[in-house]
Amino acid sequence: MAQDLMLEKWSGKISTVTIGATIADGGTRKHSIKIGGEKSLPNLFKEGAIPNKTQIAFEIWDAPPTDWPDELNKIYGSYYKDPITWAKTCVEKYKATCLCVRLQAAHPDFGNKTAQQEAQFIKELLKAVAVPLVIIGCGDDSKDSLILPACSEAAKGEICLIGSAVQNNYKTLAAALSADGHNIIAESPIDINIAKQLNILISDMGLPLEKIVINPTIGALGYGLEYAYSIMERARLAALSGDKTVASPFICFVGQESWQVKEAKANAEEFPAWGKETERGIIWEILTATALIQAGADLLVMRHPLAIEKINKYIEELYQC
Amino acid sequence: MLIIGELINGMYTRIAKAIAEKDKATIQKCALDQVKAGAEALDVNCGPASADPISDMRWLVETIQEVTDKELSLDSSRPQSIKEGLKAARNKVIINSTTADLEKLKELVPLAKKHNAKLIGLAINSKGIPHNKDQRLELAAGIVTYCVEQGFNIEGLYLDPILMPLNVAQTQLKDILESIHEFKLLSQPHPKTVIGLSNISQGAKSRSLINRSFMVMAMAEGLDCAILNPLDKKLMNAVITSEVILNNKIYCDSFLEAYGKIQSPL
Repeated sequence: MAQDLMLEKWSGKISTVTIGATIADGGTRKHSIKIGGEKSLPNLFKEGAIPNKTQIAFEIWDAPPTDWPDELNKIYGSYYKDPITWAKTCVEKYKATCLCVRLQAAHPDFGNKTAQQEAQFIKELLKAVAVPLVIIGCGDDSKDSLILPACSEAAKGEICLIGSAVQNNYKTLAAALSADGHNIIAESPIDINIAKQLNILISDMGLPLEKIVINPTIGALGYGLEYAYSIMERARLAALSGDKTVASPFICFVGQESWQVKEAKANAEEFPAWGKETERGIIWEILTATALIQAGADLLVMRHPLAIEKINKYIEELYQC
Repeated sequence: MLIIGELINGMYTRIAKAIAEKDKATIQKCALDQVKAGAEALDVNCGPASADPISDMRWLVETIQEVTDKELSLDSSRPQSIKEGLKAARNKVIINSTTADLEKLKELVPLAKKHNAKLIGLAINSKGIPHNKDQRLELAAGIVTYCVEQGFNIEGLYLDPILMPLNVAQTQLKDILESIHEFKLLSQPHPKTVIGLSNISQGAKSRSLINRSFMVMAMAEGLDCAILNPLDKKLMNAVITSEVILNNKIYCDSFLEAYGKIQSPL
């Protein structure tokens, strides 16, 4: 006997966020990317429309990372002092369709670059590469409040995704991005209540809910991934039931979380049973990414080109279902 | 929680006058005020004074539809008036209401099915108002059985236990609350439940307090829908808070404000 699929009918949908402005849109990007727009739980293609595939942004820094493991240093180490070449390599050699640049050089411990210097760097980066940009601060709240508005202005008209706004530090960023037409990343510490509250606070600042991408904060495989999964699932269920305040696409920092765990970094001599460290980190990044795609991630920020290649293939196959 | 705004009712002098004078502006403002306050559907009742309830129903439906696409609850004890409302309706419709009497069910259940409308079923029949929980359940079961037999989607059926005024039937209110819970056990998928909230405080003092206290208790019993005054801010805030406590909405510090943002625009 034929079995009918049990399909939910949802009243809500996730908002669609466009990153990157082409010449036609008043920017200089060769293409833009769209994320979100789902009318169904993740990957239930028969339940409702899933118009946009999960996208991947290559993560680059404007200061040499000090805690990246050898597997990543082997690939990118020669560009650490030249982030523009690093960016170009990602686009030209590894076919990146989106870049996520972390402005680490502004951090007081990593060079303490000024807002003006970072704004200049963003201008040069926009000239050097034509893909859409995600711009992330250095993580020092008071410094980010200076550099991010300056970079927002420098990239005016390019429709970037810029962050992160947090509950105690969102006003300056939201006001600047609103004026310059960018999208914002709203970051909450694996907490659905704060995620919702922050979205409301940002929209009260005049940046519409449709310009927000939620960073739910994730853990890598084995390090709290399941907590992130539950938060993302809860937000999606509420959003699809009509709660617009949590109906934002998700950005997940897969590379950052995966490459800092012991399993990704420890050498084989220390843990012979774990296999080669040349493969382990890549596998860890791949597995963390696939799990988050199942949780509903819309934009993954990743590091290793081989992991990204595999995940792109995985996404292609998933969408052929 | 489906909130049906109760204010477009000819029982109110202002509305009766607007209907008699075909004063669109008053009706449309009343509709929009309720929607803005959080009503997702609007009750439409010509009231007892209407000289021509059939054409008045049509006029009200047409007038309201000019300003909002919210669901309309066509409220009349005369099937003829409801039929006229259905003819004029472009918006989604709730038929308000049928009793448990077979002749009413025969007329209104097929009509609801044909128009893909929700249906409110009152636990009452021509013999009168029920006096206890068992009588309510018996009447409700009769409605459910008829709807199942006719192939009407039970999830679109809203059973009303008949809310009695606190100062008239104090001993029945606990039974009524329990009925809300037990109605839902009558079938699988389960029917929904509705109350006409303001009935509880008819003729009493402190009406708003009585209304919102009962509302919260009824929500705890699993109430799905209420016909109420959405302009009562304290009542609406109690509804929103209960939704959060029942885990139907995600908590955040601005949860009251968030409810307004969840609502779709006019």
